[in-house]
Amino acid sequence: MALKHKATVMDEKTMQQALRRIAHEIIEHNRGTEKVVLIGIRKRGVPLAERLQEYLCEIEDFEIPLGILDITLYRDDLIQRQDQPEVHTTDVPFDLTDKHVVVIDDVLFTGRTVRAAMDALIDLGRPAGIQLAVLIDRGHRELPIRADYVGKNVPSSRSELVEVKVKEIDQADRVDILEKIAE
Amino acid sequence: MQTLRRKDILGLEEMSAEEINLILETARSMREIMQRKIKKVPVLRGRSVLNLFYEPSTRTKASFELAQKYMSSDSVSVAGTSSSLVKGETLKDTVRNVEIMGIECVIMRHPVSGSSHYLARNVEASVINAGDGMHEHPTQGLLDMFTIWEKKGRLEELKVAIVGDIRHSRVARSNLWGLQKMGAEVVVAGPPTLMPPDLNAFGVKHFTVIEEAVDGADVVMALRLQKERQESGLFPSMREYAELYGLTPQRITRAKEDLLIMHPGPMNRGIEISSELADGPQSVVLEQAASGVAVRMALLYLLLGGTKE
Repeated sequence: MALKHKATVMDEKTMQQALRRIAHEIIEHNRGTEKVVLIGIRKRGVPLAERLQEYLCEIEDFEIPLGILDITLYRDDLIQRQDQPEVHTTDVPFDLTDKHVVVIDDVLFTGRTVRAAMDALIDLGRPAGIQLAVLIDRGHRELPIRADYVGKNVPSSRSELVEVKVKEIDQADRVDILEKIAE
Repeated sequence: MQTLRRKDILGLEEMSAEEINLILETARSMREIMQRKIKKVPVLRGRSVLNLFYEPSTRTKASFELAQKYMSSDSVSVAGTSSSLVKGETLKDTVRNVEIMGIECVIMRHPVSGSSHYLARNVEASVINAGDGMHEHPTQGLLDMFTIWEKKGRLEELKVAIVGDIRHSRVARSNLWGLQKMGAEVVVAGPPTLMPPDLNAFGVKHFTVIEEAVDGADVVMALRLQKERQESGLFPSMREYAELYGLTPQRITRAKEDLLIMHPGPMNRGIEISSELADGPQSVVLEQAASGVAVRMALLYLLLGGTKE
């Protein structure tokens, strides 16, 4: 299967704007950041969460706790997959009880990753609430899940691929839509 | 490498450095789960495991059972003395009967070397060798390597001295294969009568004086003197053995300052290791027990957490 570039929907500047806006929305929604904690979902949710933490710190002058979640052991597709995903470490070095947890991921698609993340979080403690922030919402939900903060809504077809690149991992900040074409 | 492409874990002799690395990396992620309040992840929900122990075991059995519980698998444990083995049923029949009940993985400890290989060839379930006679104890070798790796940050170019009854020790064999594959230098020490006849196959240096073997060592691993496997006449007496080969603070002065002292347990205190060393600041005996659960969780995930081709 070959991939053809179809469109660029976000560049470095618009990504920064979107994340800054989300930072403001998090403060507004939670009336401050006192009880807010951030949880980045591996892999690309982590650098996005770190940036949100930085922006929130600039605005509120307060460093919000940041944790890293690996959802591999909570996936619902392990039994079907031929390629076994590698397990990485979950690192949430603080108590989630009574906290407003903002989960951050790059793309919201079927909602299954978020379902797994919520199960994983509830095993770690009993948060006051869980909110979801995503850079891209591309639709096609398979579960009743929605995001509280969205960088950009990108209507896409199932045959397309939404590729998020972040500097920390991919040496560039951009979001592309790629089309799968039969050779 | 992402996946362990094998059905069974039978020994470290047949395992590659790449595979060992994957297991150690996965175990590191598993250790975090053990530190949680709720020590359970749903990854092996609905998978069934049989623990079949034809020899006594405390730590290995508890460790496997806890690993299974933390991974949400269902398990049954059968001990040799309470099983049909005493009624004369063959191993193959026992396991085939349990397999048909839905067991997908068998953890087995057995007094006969090669028994887990035999079982693995005859059943579809994954087999993990939890110690077969004097042959191998791969999960112990892996947990020992994991403990060293966590403490030292590497295995490469470390000097490890394995001391004691090498001949009867499956722990020693697994460590000899594993550690050398991972780039460590391994030497063995103990009375010549307790060295295996096939020692040359491992390509390690043998010392009869403990002080010489531990010279410059990063790790000293004491082995249990296996009273139950001793034929008569291999050494004069327990007391003489302790005098000549027991690990004591005086005996390890030539080792590196940040030496790790290990023992797979159960310890014969005052025979192969003095209490002073076993409970001292260099001892990582208890860390070894904790590592065991993480390593076994990793193996269960790598063997059962996906589809078999």
